Amino acid sequence: MLEATDITVTYAGLIAVAGVSIEVKAGEIVCVAGANGAGKSSLLKAIAGMEKAKSGTVRFNGEDLAGVPAHLITARGIAYVPENRRLFPRLSVRDNLRLGSYIYRAKEDREAPLDMVFQLFPRLAERLDQRANTLSGGEQQMLAIGRALMTRPRLLMLDEPSQGIMPKLVDEIFQAVTTIRDTGMTILIVEQRLTECLEISDRAYVLQTGRVTMSGPAEEIRANPDVRRAYLGL
Amino acid sequence: MTAAIVIQSLASGLLMGLLYGLIAVGLALIFGLMDVTNFAHGEFLMFAMYVTFFCFSFFAIDPLLASPIVAAALFVFGAVVYLGIVRFAMRARTNVGMVQIFATFGLAIVMRGLAQLLFTPDYRSIPHTWLGGKTVSMFGIYLPAPQLAGGAVSILAFAVLYVLIKKTDFGKALEATREDAGAVALVGIDKNKVFALGWGLGSALVGLAGAIMASFFYIYPDVGASFALIAYVTVALGGFGSVFGAFAGGIVVGLVEAMTAMVLPPSLKSVGIYAVYLLVVFFRPRGLFGSI
Repeated sequence: MLEATDITVTYAGLIAVAGVSIEVKAGEIVCVAGANGAGKSSLLKAIAGMEKAKSGTVRFNGEDLAGVPAHLITARGIAYVPENRRLFPRLSVRDNLRLGSYIYRAKEDREAPLDMVFQLFPRLAERLDQRANTLSGGEQQMLAIGRALMTRPRLLMLDEPSQGIMPKLVDEIFQAVTTIRDTGMTILIVEQRLTECLEISDRAYVLQTGRVTMSGPAEEIRANPDVRRAYLGL
Repeated sequence: MTAAIVIQSLASGLLMGLLYGLIAVGLALIFGLMDVTNFAHGEFLMFAMYVTFFCFSFFAIDPLLASPIVAAALFVFGAVVYLGIVRFAMRARTNVGMVQIFATFGLAIVMRGLAQLLFTPDYRSIPHTWLGGKTVSMFGIYLPAPQLAGGAVSILAFAVLYVLIKKTDFGKALEATREDAGAVALVGIDKNKVFALGWGLGSALVGLAGAIMASFFYIYPDVGASFALIAYVTVALGGFGSVFGAFAGGIVVGLVEAMTAMVLPPSLKSVGIYAVYLLVVFFRPRGLFGSI
């Protein structure tokens, strides 16, 4: 479904991502794991068109995404939930969700994914009239994922969904991710929390200072002695 | 001074204030949307007045009838200014704020120069309009019909703007873009399109104001300057970027100006506005309705 090949991203000459290639197949949950500054976020931004890659190609369902602006990448079916969520802070939960279906504004069933969003995150249904910036960190993450689902993506990309969220809600969000996948969506998730991420993923890539140092099925990565020492503290 | 005179001049002030609000709202809209101050706003008004003048002198279209045409022309003009100038100014790598100021300030000078070159510095006026010279009397006060129509157009424009912003998808896209322009792509919105439409809409509103004003003000290349200054004060009073603050700010400015004119010589009628402006800036810097 998604093939990112040889992606290089630089910031003012500093290399954030150095020739990374990843592939996501339809129906998979793929985890890109790595420490702070490993280049995970830059990789997602490049795929989403929010950051221009210096080199490399991104193909989505066989189509080259080179030069496609970010808003059209969303329209083609890649939803991206960035690290800092980027909600519309002074707009209500309702408006944030409604904006998620902006692409379908002319359609009768523009709010079709709303049922699923409320099933996944019942809290959002209770807070529809609240401004997004009054939500807790966890609820904001739920809203960001909900807004992304409203764009009816085929591929959902999540950048550190567990960041700044209390542990109880982290489980809830990871649980939601597997539920979303079960509806037929494909998921690419970037995380520092390797344990939780490997638990729900089919495959994983480990990124270190901008390069893929390891890749394979999630169980294999989990069983790898180096990973256990370096990331899992075992 | 009798009560009748006071009421009479407050009523005129209110009508003028409604127009000030309409002049200023485009400035507030664009500022709120993208933090860009259009220093050519007064020249947009001047341009709209000339368009109205030429509609009358070439095609004998009355200013009231011409106002939608002028608004449409200014809509296109505003969108073109964004796409052709402001968009590039915003791409500056360093000192973006300065680049934007000089881009729109430069545009103001060019527009004024072109107006002098093409239209000559002569003062023009539209001699005969449908409403010109007519007055309407209500409750013992007399109001000139063109100003009354101007006030009505302003209220109507703000009502339409309110519905547009609060009830339509385009309005939500505008609000989302002013919240976080970098994030609207995440929901499939093209921010450049929203910016261009925002410039179009803001310019159309000042176009409407220009069409109304052309029927009772002289039209000349520098006409925008004094009104632009009042528009900046109106926007600051109402709250930077607040569209409905501009409405309230305009009314406050109009009333204060009328009251000042009652107690001070006419040449000092602007003193009151700037005094109120200073008070607001000292005690409520974000303006009456600002949410910054």
